[in-house]
Amino acid sequence: MYLLERVRTFRSRRMDSGTEEKIVEKLLFIAALSSTLIVFFIIAFMFKEGIPALALGWDFFFGMIWRPSHNQYGIVPLVVCTFIVGIGALVIAAVIGIPAAIFLAEYAPAWLRNIIKPCVELLVGIPSIVLGFFGLIVIVTYIRDSFGGYGECILAGWIILAIMTLPHVISISEDSIRAVPKGYKEGSLALGATQLQTIKKVILPNARSGILAAMVLGMGNAIGETMAVLMVIGNPEIPFIPSSILDPVRVLTSTIVIEIPYAVWGSLHQQALFALGVVLFIVVAILNLITTAVVRKGAMR
Amino acid sequence: MSKIEVCGLNVYYENGTVHALKEVNLEIETNKITALIGPSGCGKTTFLRALNRMNEVNDVMTKGKVFLDGKDIYNGGEDVIQLRKKVGMVFQQPNPFPMSIYDNVAYGPRIHGTRNKKLDSVVEESLKKAALWDEVHDRLEKNALKFSGGQQQRLCIARALAVNPEVILFDEPCSALDPISTARVEDLLRALKKDYTIVIVTHNMQQAARVSDFTAFFLLGEMIECGRTTQIFEKPKDKRTEDYVTGRFG
Ligand SMILES: Nc1ncnc2c1ncn2[C@@H]1O[C@H](COP(=O)(O)OP(=O)(O)OP(=O)(O)O)[C@@H](O)[C@H]1O
Ligand SMILES: [Mg+2]
Repeated sequence: MYLLERVRTFRSRRMDSGTEEKIVEKLLFIAALSSTLIVFFIIAFMFKEGIPALALGWDFFFGMIWRPSHNQYGIVPLVVCTFIVGIGALVIAAVIGIPAAIFLAEYAPAWLRNIIKPCVELLVGIPSIVLGFFGLIVIVTYIRDSFGGYGECILAGWIILAIMTLPHVISISEDSIRAVPKGYKEGSLALGATQLQTIKKVILPNARSGILAAMVLGMGNAIGETMAVLMVIGNPEIPFIPSSILDPVRVLTSTIVIEIPYAVWGSLHQQALFALGVVLFIVVAILNLITTAVVRKGAMR
Repeated sequence: MSKIEVCGLNVYYENGTVHALKEVNLEIETNKITALIGPSGCGKTTFLRALNRMNEVNDVMTKGKVFLDGKDIYNGGEDVIQLRKKVGMVFQQPNPFPMSIYDNVAYGPRIHGTRNKKLDSVVEESLKKAALWDEVHDRLEKNALKFSGGQQQRLCIARALAVNPEVILFDEPCSALDPISTARVEDLLRALKKDYTIVIVTHNMQQAARVSDFTAFFLLGEMIECGRTTQIFEKPKDKRTEDYVTGRFG
């Protein structure tokens, strides 16, 4: 009898821990599910709101004129400007960032690195509105005074976005350079290669996928960035495809911000802005997918 | 005749707080195999890497003289590139570059300016000397990482041979290999002795006894005893050497 009692309590205790485990598992599952649901909800909402505009089809995706007052919603100038601004900023960030990363990982003595690294990281912490403000007061003024034009232009956007992407490009590139196995580097040096030859022939080829990932990720950030860019690129009334880097432009993000306040509720205009959001989302999502693919391919080797 | 002469070599790590080699003196004979033995952390690798100035890749301080063919390699004027060309190195972990067999072997000659035409013969010759040619000659374009550990290590030997060194340093070249691969590398060492001066670090007492002509015993950063391998293993002068080679410690 006593024994049976023992067995029963033992059993029930086990049952208890079993149910507890199940409950915790369920809770964790709900937490995981909720984040997924939120993402899906937002995407579904964006698509639903944007569909009437997306349904314009050719006129939307390949239309050359964006003029809501005339019910014209062609996104080509916006998309083109978005890529011009994003790619240009990235090129600047790469031209400065990759050599900086090489210097930090391969040449800089510890003390210098301990000064430069925190400075670069501090750059990430500057709120984009502050950067935009700085851009507007300093960079835009400088461009206007020395090159003429409005000052608010592609070039200003490039500089501000390059400053914003630079720290990411530097730190991811540096990490991937450091991740190259020490044996490769030593093997090369031991054969009588110079430091520069070693960097060119062994280190960079092996860090390539990481650096590429940094670029694509930086591009995604640059395209999605809103505030700082909005403040320095001019945003002309009717967006056009620029012919000079001193031309003011409009990008996807800035168009949404600027027009939301006066888009009539439920109008095609508002739906078109949602459709812009969808386009932006798809572009950034594709860039992120590319990043993941590049990183995975690099890791597989 | 000695190829390398080390006089009063001291090496310090960590801003001078770790004294890894203390007043080491050693002569390394031409066309002979010299084995460095001693318990873990005694400074064998540090000593080996002092011979081609590979320690400089890390933060170290080196004092003393190392003469290669009578010239002090630490005397400011000496060119580290030329030195490393003359004194090649094979590492503990096989470290072929993630490129084809051909490109691995051609890596050294290419950076030293050998033209494409001559490259083929250099690659073939080096792979033959490293006893790898027969296994890989029809797969030269295949990525080196796809080969076995033993093959990779012989590839690293071929890669070192391709720049035509005079001395080759081996840092525990067999510790990552199985017995069969180990035997092949040992055969290879014996064959290479004819043309090269060889220094090998090994943890394996039998290996030192099997392949080397001379042996130096290190302990806690000091070189305790050196001499003919037979003497070190059969009639060591120092008690500590005797304890070590008979396996009583370390
Ligand atoms: N990069 C480094 N920084 C600081 N100390 C080091 C470094 N490399 C080696 N040392 C120290 O120097 C001493 C000698 O190390 P070394 O690697 O030469 O020994 P070893 O005889 O090769 O040992 P093992 O047989 O384990 O390879 C050790 O005490 C080690 O901790
Ligand atoms: Mg060692």
